[in-house]
Amino acid sequence: MQLPQTISDWFTAKGWQVHPHQVQMLDRADAPCTLLIAPTGGGKTLAGFLPTLADLADHPRDGLHTLYISPLKALAADIKRNLTTPVTEMGLPIRIEDRTGDTPASRKRRQRADPPHILLTTPESLALLVSYEDAPRMFAGLRRVIVDEIHALAESKRGDQLFLALSRLQGICPDLRRVGLSATVEDPPAIARLLARHPDPCEILLADPGPAPDIAMLTTDQAPPWAGGGAAYAIPAVLEQVKAHRTTLIFHNTRAQAELFFHNLWLANEDSLPIAIHHGSLDRQQRERVEAAMVRGDLRAIVCTGSLDLGIDWGDVDLVIQIGAPKNVKRLVQRIGRANHRYNAPSKALLVPANRFEVVECVAALDAVRAGALDGDPRGPGPRDVLCQHILIAAAAGPFDADDLYAEVTGIGAYAALTRDAFDACLDFCATGGYALRAYDRWQRLQKRADGRWQLRDPRAAQRIRMNIGTIQDTDTLKVRLKASRGGKPLGEIEEGFAASLSPGDTFLIGGEIVRYEGLREMVVEVTRRADRKPKIATFMGTKFATSTQLSARILHMFAEDDWPDLPAHTRDWLHLQRKVSRLPQAGRLLIESFPHDGRENMVVYGFAGRNAQQTLGLLLTKRLEEMGLNPLGFVATDYATLIWGLDRLTDPAPLFDIAALRAGVDTWLAGNAVMKRTFRASATIAGLIERNTPSARKSGRQATFSSDILHDTLVKYDPTHLMLQITRDEAMRGLVDFGRIEEMAARVGTRIDHVTPGRITPLAAPLFLEPGRVPIKGLAEERLLAEEADRLLASAGLDPAPPRRPGWRVPY
Amino acid sequence: MNGHMFTLAGAELIAMGTGALWWPERSLLCVSDLHLGKSERVARRQGTILPPYDTRDTMTRLAADVARSQARVVVCLGDSFDDLGAAGSLPEEERLWIARLQAGRRWVWIEGNHDPGPVDLGGTHLAELPLAPLTFRHVARAGASGEISGHYHPKADILTRARLISRPAFLADSDRVILPAYGSYTGGLRSTAPELSRLMRSEAIAILTGPQPHAVPMPRGAI
Repeated sequence: MQLPQTISDWFTAKGWQVHPHQVQMLDRADAPCTLLIAPTGGGKTLAGFLPTLADLADHPRDGLHTLYISPLKALAADIKRNLTTPVTEMGLPIRIEDRTGDTPASRKRRQRADPPHILLTTPESLALLVSYEDAPRMFAGLRRVIVDEIHALAESKRGDQLFLALSRLQGICPDLRRVGLSATVEDPPAIARLLARHPDPCEILLADPGPAPDIAMLTTDQAPPWAGGGAAYAIPAVLEQVKAHRTTLIFHNTRAQAELFFHNLWLANEDSLPIAIHHGSLDRQQRERVEAAMVRGDLRAIVCTGSLDLGIDWGDVDLVIQIGAPKNVKRLVQRIGRANHRYNAPSKALLVPANRFEVVECVAALDAVRAGALDGDPRGPGPRDVLCQHILIAAAAGPFDADDLYAEVTGIGAYAALTRDAFDACLDFCATGGYALRAYDRWQRLQKRADGRWQLRDPRAAQRIRMNIGTIQDTDTLKVRLKASRGGKPLGEIEEGFAASLSPGDTFLIGGEIVRYEGLREMVVEVTRRADRKPKIATFMGTKFATSTQLSARILHMFAEDDWPDLPAHTRDWLHLQRKVSRLPQAGRLLIESFPHDGRENMVVYGFAGRNAQQTLGLLLTKRLEEMGLNPLGFVATDYATLIWGLDRLTDPAPLFDIAALRAGVDTWLAGNAVMKRTFRASATIAGLIERNTPSARKSGRQATFSSDILHDTLVKYDPTHLMLQITRDEAMRGLVDFGRIEEMAARVGTRIDHVTPGRITPLAAPLFLEPGRVPIKGLAEERLLAEEADRLLASAGLDPAPPRRPGWRVPY
Repeated sequence: MNGHMFTLAGAELIAMGTGALWWPERSLLCVSDLHLGKSERVARRQGTILPPYDTRDTMTRLAADVARSQARVVVCLGDSFDDLGAAGSLPEEERLWIARLQAGRRWVWIEGNHDPGPVDLGGTHLAELPLAPLTFRHVARAGASGEISGHYHPKADILTRARLISRPAFLADSDRVILPAYGSYTGGLRSTAPELSRLMRSEAIAILTGPQPHAVPMPRGAI
């Protein structure tokens, strides 16, 4: 395809040259599928849209031409801005609109009747569009689909949902061309397989990756603490860096950490530099204000989380600071791509370890970046819970033929190997529940019509299906507003669990402000402003990190050294201290520490086996500890270690790894575990077995709703081979490893277990106590805790501390 | 199985870990809010198809309590069925099961807000049952005494030194007992909810269900 005159004139007027990969994209305008891998700032987005602009410049027409999908609402809005400017300057008759959860309902209705030429949207909004009966009319003339930041979507169920929706569009428009835009990834062909209609080929274009990033660890005079994620010690050094640069992005791993850091930064910001905060729990208007200020170049720094992680073009960022160890090397490299959007200059980034273990992690991560080692994250086959939702979405759009739908679904890379039996099981689940006990003949959700097609029994169900579209597992959150007579300014959201822990008068941080909890009104948290210096910190969603086993090997390697002359003195001393009070973990041996801390007994198993294996180890060892009567209460796993806490002390670790005992009853233990129940809740919500909590349902009180754990336990008891339990197990295993691997590990280590009882917390164990993602164990320990607490409460209330639990209960029999 | 013994209006009662109340003197077993047929009603009204094993699970537990206690009288304290339609469409197998349990003992269905009319399932149907010195009814009445009721599905949260533990609970004071919901597909209302804090006297206790019942001062909230 030739570049039309109007467009090449525009490039000339700007004094720009068309990038080689932009020309290549034009040349491949008619290819069924193309994946472009280019660094941020390389004109990647324009490369994706250029064939569309050229086609519409030469052949103006009405109707939807190109659909653009991005993982973030903010990104869709940003692309709209950045694309509208050149289109206007070129004088092209092209209408560009975005459509996300934030779009007003009136505009959404209009877009379905009269779609723009280019529609920018998200996977969830697209799935919703596909569920409408008028989808075939709206998408009739669609030529191209652009999937931006496909590397981010490919890692999650949002991507699976997107590709399922695309398969429906391809059914409506057989000639649909697909384009994927991606940052640097480990395995481009894997992404290409997801993008293409199976078995269409997908060509991969690699743009010039640009110069290697300039990345270093920030060194400070002040030593980082043993544990903690706040990095408050580094505030003065970070401020100096902000002063020395035009615009700095300061990334955090969690929202709570971002809030705390921002608060401390402001207290130290004596020059009143314009610094803002941006994360996903803040109110939309506030986020938009920050984004606008950023675009205008008004800000010197933004404290942020993953909500700014993806390719938003903020222009003049010349430094990226990562607070806390980058848990994932790939993400680190992509974040660094945020800095310096000029194509030919190296991006500049600084790592700020929040504690001393993170110093070690940062050094290992820098090594990995220099070696070009990105973490591979193979994803396995397409998840069946998302497929179930897709079947319901298809039914909401109108009657469908099962053969056609199966053919469509197996045209998706991730579902190409799906058997007809597996598909039929999902269809049966959607239609009848798929229970061994056939109970719902009259109330089937989907019914087979005389013509063999499937339809909703009750057409009104379509509305409920649409309300439950999506794959993001949101924890229940409550809106936070300033207290005022007619509803004050919205500030953002906090987790319901955190809100429940607040009493009037408590203070917490949100949007960088300290606020005082006044009360709850109609499910809205009302607060007033406070000028206190010490807030109670808001706990946002416990972020689960994708992690890297590659760092584990690098760190073990470092631990094997006698001394560490390249590390900062404080961290070097800290490692020597670990060696003195306990040991450093070694390859080929297993270090276990047991010590009391915080009123409980703790054990740390340093397997350095990667998070999934350490998580599995946590599940298996708590099973053994429960059997050994040591009353475990919970565990948490990192890439390096598993921390288990409980009521009683471990004296001999040998019986823990008794392989026969590990294996016995493992299925029962696993089925009853919090990991499974949590996974069940997520998958059952996606698959449409349980509905998302609507605000109105929550307002009416909890009494009417009951925990999804009850459904899980009921299925385990009465229908143990049910599809939903199979799905739960498959999904849970994505975060675990096969038990066989733990058995192998136990066999390999054999008797080379070093059990150390240092009497108190050790340097290496300290950071584990603040890890997110704790898994509670609900065993006999709960009974003992309850008994203790009941006695204490009754005694302090002046009642009989030992209520008569007489054998009298048996008297009547 | 253990129980927690207490007295109400001079009657010795035992709160069982299963959520049932046992009155030895009258050989009376009382359960509340069975919500039998809930999954059927949800499918009919809402379209969501829950695992259809809730009635079987609730009945299994009830049958075990009846067998262990050999009760001469069983009182179901209302909301025994999720609605009258659910009562009407219980499968034959489960109707026979109920009939077998009823054989040889007095069986009373108290009406609840979910099942306000008679059901075709044997036993006696009553709005309430006075049995001196106690009265059995579905919803507690302010000012009543010696009253056994259900309806609210109470649960209590206890903050132990390691974690918050939340369980269905009996609430008891010198005037009344409120039973936890016995049905499998039931949620709970925290004892700190204003309606429960208003109903119960300040010295009320909560008896948490579980393998071993635990009595604590009832956690209260703002009224």
